[in-house]
Amino acid sequence: MERIPILRMGNFLLVTIQVDMHDKLALTLQDDLTSKIADVGAKGVLIDISSLEIVDSFIGRTLANIASMARVLDAQTVVVGMQPAVAITLVELGMSLPGIRTALNVESGMQYLHETVTSDRDSEEYDGDSD
Amino acid sequence: MANILDAIRKNQDGLLEEWVQGIKSGVRRRDLIDDRELKAQSAEVLAAICDVSADTTLDNLNAPAWQPLKDLLAGLSASRAVQGFTPSETAMFVLSLKSPLFNLIQRQAGSDAKHLFADIATVGDFVDKLALHTTDSFIHGRDQVIMRQQEEMLELSTPVVTLWDGIVALPLIGTLDSARTQVVMESLLQAIVKTNSRFAIIDITGVPTVDTLVAQHLLKTITAARLMGAECILSGIRPQIAQTIVHLGINLEDVITKAKLSDAFRLALERSGRTVTRLEKSKGSALARYGEQ
Repeated sequence: MERIPILRMGNFLLVTIQVDMHDKLALTLQDDLTSKIADVGAKGVLIDISSLEIVDSFIGRTLANIASMARVLDAQTVVVGMQPAVAITLVELGMSLPGIRTALNVESGMQYLHETVTSDRDSEEYDGDSD
Repeated sequence: MANILDAIRKNQDGLLEEWVQGIKSGVRRRDLIDDRELKAQSAEVLAAICDVSADTTLDNLNAPAWQPLKDLLAGLSASRAVQGFTPSETAMFVLSLKSPLFNLIQRQAGSDAKHLFADIATVGDFVDKLALHTTDSFIHGRDQVIMRQQEEMLELSTPVVTLWDGIVALPLIGTLDSARTQVVMESLLQAIVKTNSRFAIIDITGVPTVDTLVAQHLLKTITAARLMGAECILSGIRPQIAQTIVHLGINLEDVITKAKLSDAFRLALERSGRTVTRLEKSKGSALARYGEQ
């Protein structure tokens, strides 16, 4: 069965969606991602949707759900690289995804994750990165 | 009825002469069209009338046989629309064919009054329909000119400018309708992707009125930009517009708003970790000296 790979980079999980999302795939991703967050104790999730060209309200809602679920599991989610057409579609569908953090590309998304996660626990070994 | 067409075919040259004379004595734009061109156009129209198959009648202009004539007139009126003729001048060009035709019919019919009347009614109807068709085409031509200009204005009115590395601005001028907002939204989002900008400033100094629809369009654009990972700052809100926005009950709580573009730019610089400072005196004078050299 088709699956979207989830890569681990230290404390963060990296998901790159490079195929057209259909509903079942989105739900599989949701399952896989939540169990992976719990398994590895991830602090941040980065979802790259720069290759995603078609969205519908279900995919939009699933993205929002994934972000909320990750939040419950103590991980920050950032969605990066949304195409203009996809952004317009989501807005026209009335989905402004208020709970989701966004970034222009993987680089700035990773930077954001580093900043937030390290500032969450600046008492630990990570310091100076954020300021 | 076919005999009218036959008569026209036989007297084509005479008709043309009479028609051109009629146009010259009536409304005539010597500045827009010269004698030779006018005569050539008239001859073309007459030839198209004569050129139909033998069983074609004058009373059914929708017959396929008349299509070449209609196309010719449509082309003529479209080119006249571009040249600057008025609709009535263009229609008169066709209508002035009436009197030569009536004269011709009169000569043909002689004293048969009943026949004469029927023929005149048919021909009058025919020419009127042609004139209406010409006017329709003329207006269609004008519409196309207007539409083209609208599109050009649409392109002109949505420039996205890069203020700094990672900061783009969109100065909006003129009323925002749905079609324009679509273009504005798309060009801003494309620019954000192209320039990899984290900040987008939408300046509405040049927008005369903000109603609920315009505000909704703006909010949509801002939300779409946020979804892509860019932050939007709304600037250039004039006092009257601020009053209107509050009176209309539009919620701009989630949007960063600034009164002036410079304030928005300053904020964007600050958020991207930059600041603008005045040069110290010694450095300033050094620069001044540099400038003198």
